[in-house]
Amino acid sequence: MKLQYNYAFFDEGSKREIRRATLKAVAIPGYQVPFASREMPIGRGWGTGGLQLTLSLIGNEDTLKVIDQGSDESVNAVNIKKLIVNTTGAPVTEETKEATLIQSRHRIPEEPLGSDQILVLQVPYPEPLRYIEPSEYVTKRLHGDKEYSGAWLMLFEQIMKHGKMATGADHAVFVHDRYLMAPSPIPRFDNPKMHDSEALILLGAGREKKIHAVPPFTKVESIAFDDYPFEVEQFTDKSCIKCGATHTFMDEIISGLKTVHQCNDSSHCLSRMNQEAV
Amino acid sequence: MFEQPVLKVEGLRKQFGDGCGHCNSLSVDALEKNYCTTCGTVYACQDLNFEVYKGEILGVVGESGSGKSTMMQCLYFDKEPTSGAVYIDSYKEGRANLFEESSQQKRYIKDMVLGKVYQNPIYGLRMNISAVGNIAEKLISSGVREVEPMKARAKELLEAVNIPTFRMGEAPKNFSGGMQQRVQIAKALSNNPPVLLLDEVTTGLDLSVQANVLDLIKEIQRDFGVSIIVVSHDLGVIRMLADRTIVMLNGKIIESGLTDQILEDPQHEYTQQLVNALL
Repeated sequence: MKLQYNYAFFDEGSKREIRRATLKAVAIPGYQVPFASREMPIGRGWGTGGLQLTLSLIGNEDTLKVIDQGSDESVNAVNIKKLIVNTTGAPVTEETKEATLIQSRHRIPEEPLGSDQILVLQVPYPEPLRYIEPSEYVTKRLHGDKEYSGAWLMLFEQIMKHGKMATGADHAVFVHDRYLMAPSPIPRFDNPKMHDSEALILLGAGREKKIHAVPPFTKVESIAFDDYPFEVEQFTDKSCIKCGATHTFMDEIISGLKTVHQCNDSSHCLSRMNQEAV
Repeated sequence: MFEQPVLKVEGLRKQFGDGCGHCNSLSVDALEKNYCTTCGTVYACQDLNFEVYKGEILGVVGESGSGKSTMMQCLYFDKEPTSGAVYIDSYKEGRANLFEESSQQKRYIKDMVLGKVYQNPIYGLRMNISAVGNIAEKLISSGVREVEPMKARAKELLEAVNIPTFRMGEAPKNFSGGMQQRVQIAKALSNNPPVLLLDEVTTGLDLSVQANVLDLIKEIQRDFGVSIIVVSHDLGVIRMLADRTIVMLNGKIIESGLTDQILEDPQHEYTQQLVNALL
């Protein structure tokens, strides 16, 4: 028997509830809005937060793009796409420019996003102070008091240990000079893309039941010390082995005895190669 | 003309429980113990009044359960008092009751005006963060956003409490009990607070380490001119450190005066027992 699901999997009441939480998140940039995270047909921690946001927002006029760590074709991205397409019939694209709704795990596309686009990021740990403070009650108070010394302390420890800023991903940001936000585990390279972004950025954590947002044209500032300013990952003297790009976030691939670099954003890399071919 | 006190406590009360018709009808002195036999409400601190002056060490002594630590927890905002007031002359010129300040202001007071050393270092230190990081945390809280000056200040303080340079980058979980207490003291001093609260700092330390910590406290008082409240159930510690002493029993102050006077000529029956037990 083939089950007949409602449009976009959820019942309309669920979608409305998630959209209400989303509106609140947009109204208070960087603030973590609790929401009743639903059971999903994928495991928690596999993008349920992002998926719930996408399903609550998608409509007949939307074009969908789903990426997982820069790739349109990884298992996670493909399965999420299948679920959304099967329950909505929405067209899917790999071109960033063509998409109106982009769900992404751990990357912001290289292509600058426009005002007609929404980026949905999947978030495992929405609380930037969690490592330093295990109690949710306390972290809520710390946010209320704008007491973020714990986040700076973690940064201080990195500098003590490594002599430089060494956040691999999820480098905390200040949103609109008020809330400290975990930008999801995007590399530091992507943090500046959030600042003054034309596109609405929504972040959903299904397991942790939180939604937060960066509305368009919002100030987003990565935390840093005065004498150790924020730095993105450097790929000096490196270029993509496929498209030759030098300004993108790259994966290091060890191939035999050689180490090569390749664009992490596969669709951006492909479109560059296509342009060169033309 | 009398010197203004650095810290002034007025009518500090802390009770655990709502009380009942029986205990609410009784005055503070009418309660035989510090709890109500009818409803079980504990009156941990009952109408405490005292002052601390600049550069002075005030000892607070009493048996376990007498309310010493509860008083310290109230003074450091770890517990909310039932009623009372505390004033510090370096905060809003001594006119603001600290208990009535906002949570943000209380955080500021904890970072800038008070320093506390807990009996158990686990409450005062982040055990997984380096010793330098622990000191830096207080500096970060006070608004410092430069790494190098923080490192320099942390090293200066850790050297002052005799932590070897090569161990400063280590987390306190790897330190001995005495070292952890010394890091706590350095952390408490990081923003040069005018008042330091020491809660049973030598409990659980062996005698030689105890002596080191006590010497350190004396040095700090001399070098930094800080006023200190020392809570201890050990009269030996009080004898060595305190200029003045208050004796607590069942949540009340039963005797106060110069430490020598308290130890040599105790007036209250309980103080006499305490001193006799020591000798």
